[in-house]
Amino acid sequence: MTDAPPTPRRTALDARHRALGATMTDFAGWDMPLRYGSERDEHTAVRTRAGLFDLSHMGEISLIGPQAGDALDHALVGRLSALAVGRARYTMICDHEGGILDDLIVYRLGDEEFLVVANAANAQVVLDALTERADGFEATVRDDRDAYALLAVQGPESPGILKRLTDADLDGLKYYAGLPGTVAGVSALIARTGYTGEDGFELFLAPDDAERVWEALTEAGAPVGLVPCGLSCRDTLRLEAGMPLYGHELTTDTTPFDAGLGRVVKFEKPGDFVGREALEAASRQADTVTPRTLVGLIASGRRVPRAGYAVVAADGSAIGQVTSGAPAPTLGKPIAMAYVDPEYAKPGTEGVFVDIRGAREPYEVVALPFYKRER
Amino acid sequence: MSNPQQLRYSKEHEWLSAAGEDGVSTIGITEFAANALGDVVYVQLPDVGSTVSAGDTCGELESTKSVSDLYTPVSGEVTEINEDVVNDPALVNSAPFEGGWLFKVRVTSEPADLLSADEYTAFAEN
Repeated sequence: MTDAPPTPRRTALDARHRALGATMTDFAGWDMPLRYGSERDEHTAVRTRAGLFDLSHMGEISLIGPQAGDALDHALVGRLSALAVGRARYTMICDHEGGILDDLIVYRLGDEEFLVVANAANAQVVLDALTERADGFEATVRDDRDAYALLAVQGPESPGILKRLTDADLDGLKYYAGLPGTVAGVSALIARTGYTGEDGFELFLAPDDAERVWEALTEAGAPVGLVPCGLSCRDTLRLEAGMPLYGHELTTDTTPFDAGLGRVVKFEKPGDFVGREALEAASRQADTVTPRTLVGLIASGRRVPRAGYAVVAADGSAIGQVTSGAPAPTLGKPIAMAYVDPEYAKPGTEGVFVDIRGAREPYEVVALPFYKRER
Repeated sequence: MSNPQQLRYSKEHEWLSAAGEDGVSTIGITEFAANALGDVVYVQLPDVGSTVSAGDTCGELESTKSVSDLYTPVSGEVTEINEDVVNDPALVNSAPFEGGWLFKVRVTSEPADLLSADEYTAFAEN
């Protein structure tokens, strides 16, 4: 057991953020940049040009050994042993009741090496669960949270920017793939992943190299309008892209089936996995009784729905709850994700409102995502 | 940032112009407050003709991340609201002391603890 440090943790780029005049915020025990200037401008930069993020708060955990894939098959809901070297997979870790402990991206770095990336707030829970669940497998679980800084360059200009700094074959690097390479002269895991709905890259590198790579990306991106971006626009970018956020759409009280993400659960994999029995029941139930469904809501007015606000019918009766809401810069309107009763979940359903601090505001039900980039 | 010398300020981060001959003062939020809120996306202002009391909430300012109550620093009757800022809330961020003003009040009373520009600057920086 390690106790969390009493003061917020700072990333390797902390001094840089302060020099850039960032508004900082406490996020899962980390002092992180919320925004540098206008969060709306940062959002637009990622949609139309490029943005640079420090995501070093994310929690990296390595699994190494001949049975590392088998251990992950047992510990997670996905079939990671089938993942090809150099590819990444979105997956989840559940408890025995099928409740979601975290959503994860797992990269297969080698035949016997995987990198699990957990949300900062859940990293300790995930580390503890993986350590316990890997017991008995020929695999070592290693806490690599302090071994990596994580930078993300996201947006349509990001491939061009990164190409100036690396010899790695970016054209051959598909979405949800990752390969070791050199960026600005330092070693990095270059992954084509992100949480913005745009093309982009995530770069895992040694914290001591973070300043140098941040600087190089800033310089390489300046001619095409790359700007530093904080967590505030990351949230509106992922919300427009319909991507769930742990603690909002995903909680220990939801199963992957509740969240409409049952496809990440692979029952056909060999061997048992934690939560199988409960998830099989949840899967059967989802086939017969539709639970509350995760939908998109678009406002007619300007008032912003927030997490926890009630979704109500015309008569004021509760029909659901908002899990995330924000003004959407790309749509120019407030949007929300919400769990609603199945009879109200169909896109175009009339008579759906959000109770915004006592005022009943009409909302349009839409399918997720709100925004999809053109490919 | 600099807080205009000719204005007075509340600890709730509103500014107040000196009343004109008609006894009407203009009220807005300070640049410090606007920066702290982030991009303002929705502004709800008091009704014209309504009576407000110093220190009471009389509206809302909504930004990307949060909702904040709007307080009136003085008591009186609301004579005008800034329709431009209702239609374009970003004015609160771009010109908090000018085009981003919020409402006007014919002042009947004001609290004794309004701050000068220098006092407010010291207060906001702590």
